[in-house]
Amino acid sequence: MSVLKRLVTSVALAGAMLGTPALAQDDVRIALVVKALGIGFFEAAAEGAEEAAAELGNVEIIYTGPTDTTAEGQIEVINALIAQQVDAIAISANDTDALVPALKRAMQRGITVISWDSGVAPEGRQLHLNPSSNSLIGNMIIKLAADHLPEGGDVAVLSATTTSTNQNIWIEEMNKVMGNYPGINVVSTVYGDDLADKSYREATGLMQSFPDLDAIIAPTSVGIVAAAQAVVDAGKVGEVNVTGLGLPSEMAGAIESGASQSFAIWNPIDLGYSATMLAYELSQNGVEVAPGAEIPMGRMGALTLDENNEGAMADPFVYDASNIDQFKSIF
Amino acid sequence: MTRLIPVRETILAAAILVLMILIAWRFPGFVAPSNLANVFNDTAPLIILALGQMVVILTRCIDLSVAANLALTGMAVAMINVAMPGLPIPVIIAIAIGLGAVMGAINGLLVWKLAIPPIVVTLGTMTIYRGMIFLISDGKWVNSHEMSPAFTAFPRAEFLGLPVLSWIAIACVIGFAVMMSRTPLGRSVFAVGGNPHAAVYTGINVGKTQFLAFVISGALAGLTGYLWVSRFAVAYVDIAGGFELEVVAACVIGGISIAGGIGSVGGAVLGAIFLGVVKNALPVVNISPFWQLAISGSAILIAVAFNARGGRTKGRIILKSAEKPLEAAE
Repeated sequence: MSVLKRLVTSVALAGAMLGTPALAQDDVRIALVVKALGIGFFEAAAEGAEEAAAELGNVEIIYTGPTDTTAEGQIEVINALIAQQVDAIAISANDTDALVPALKRAMQRGITVISWDSGVAPEGRQLHLNPSSNSLIGNMIIKLAADHLPEGGDVAVLSATTTSTNQNIWIEEMNKVMGNYPGINVVSTVYGDDLADKSYREATGLMQSFPDLDAIIAPTSVGIVAAAQAVVDAGKVGEVNVTGLGLPSEMAGAIESGASQSFAIWNPIDLGYSATMLAYELSQNGVEVAPGAEIPMGRMGALTLDENNEGAMADPFVYDASNIDQFKSIF
Repeated sequence: MTRLIPVRETILAAAILVLMILIAWRFPGFVAPSNLANVFNDTAPLIILALGQMVVILTRCIDLSVAANLALTGMAVAMINVAMPGLPIPVIIAIAIGLGAVMGAINGLLVWKLAIPPIVVTLGTMTIYRGMIFLISDGKWVNSHEMSPAFTAFPRAEFLGLPVLSWIAIACVIGFAVMMSRTPLGRSVFAVGGNPHAAVYTGINVGKTQFLAFVISGALAGLTGYLWVSRFAVAYVDIAGGFELEVVAACVIGGISIAGGIGSVGGAVLGAIFLGVVKNALPVVNISPFWQLAISGSAILIAVAFNARGGRTKGRIILKSAEKPLEAAE
């Protein structure tokens, strides 16, 4: 009972203090709430948040989250943050809808709430920060291949299943921008069904069917790893470049062997940095959230919001031999 | 003459030959010796598993947990390799075979001692083993750069022109040919599947034979688990997803009767090679991926239809001596 009382009192106190934000406190406290503690990806995001805090000067980052990836755990964390009267909450949600009531309560107390990485339903947050967008990803996967083919060349796509929504959208977006990459021909699209053995076989088949193949683009984490292995086993390292979307921890071997020159995925450090910057802008500089608004986020440029108040941070981040060692232990 | 060259295997071998001619017509590079060696190497895991599955099916059982067993063993040895990179490969292989055999023994014990239908037992353990991979790995991958170089190099090492993976499959085929025709266990497997009641009267323990069949199948799945993970240089929860059905399909195509008692090592091997040729050819003959599944399925049905016709008049074989007059009469 006493705990509840204390909570009620502190919440009331928080309400009382809302009239004079920023003035009463010397430090702006921004809570970075993650899906669960101890996940490399989120630890890296926290690092980015600290970077933003150092840049802003008067910001204190509260990096927190439940110990396992549950919505209940996050609700408890949010309630505690409301009680602590933080200035802003930036959350990567374990559930789109379950967190809405708790986050609404936070917003009623004047706390800025944004979601990043994994979103919350629109009524539970002010804006959502996507790591990237379909069109940026579609452009990036072909750019990765084209960057290593200045003379042009033949590339093939190794996708997941024929019905994978994400992959199909990315390939569609890729085809839209093919005109920007003259000399690059997509000779075939095959499907590895996100199975290591089938992807391996399809990649081997591609190299047999198209002996002059220059690159395999695999916008799927299973496919890119399997294709890299197939290239190594076929002795075609240096001839066929495997690229696409993958995780640094899974692709470290392929970069090391040279089967893959570079690949892309979101950068968690940039994501944490941008989320912190956005939370600061909303909470301290009175930036209005509305469709079409452009909100600055430091070194990452500005976030343009769409009709759902969502925005895409940037192009997927490119990983290659120069930075793989830094990131392979992160995620 | 027919005694030396069994009819069913001949038809299947001819079908594989016709298939390869058709593929060569669309893509001549497929029948180059080096590529055929690659296809055989790629089919090696399927051959090994099909041999184990054959023994199980011959005893009127079925093992649907082979792929999950493979994946769990693969993950376990990959994690052991990461934790102890210095552990020699023979020890890793022994662990893989042992672990696989234990999982097979669990299936076998449930079928033998509790008399639960094998399809139910292995459907259950299939899910349990997959779930256990998630538990031991936390859903994380074991990646190529974490594995020791020796771990991933072993199945690739070349010996007399073929990779070790292929040689292991060949060794298994020879071992099984001897076991099925020359050992009491091999003969009792046929007897149990052909007529369990008669087998009991001849002094064969039906439950124990089925148990041993599951242990064999499990041990081979374990061995393949290591080979699979080292070949593709990655271990994660879903590896070899759905592979158990391919293994059963290879057996069925190879003329191993689902009702038990009828089948041969040659049939299982040819069935696996047939599927292997189809799987490796589809990516290079430039057929729409939307059609590939339908084509694989039709190939299975056609092969089974052939087998059903070929095996109709034979009847069940209980003792090897009873088979001879039947075939001589043809």
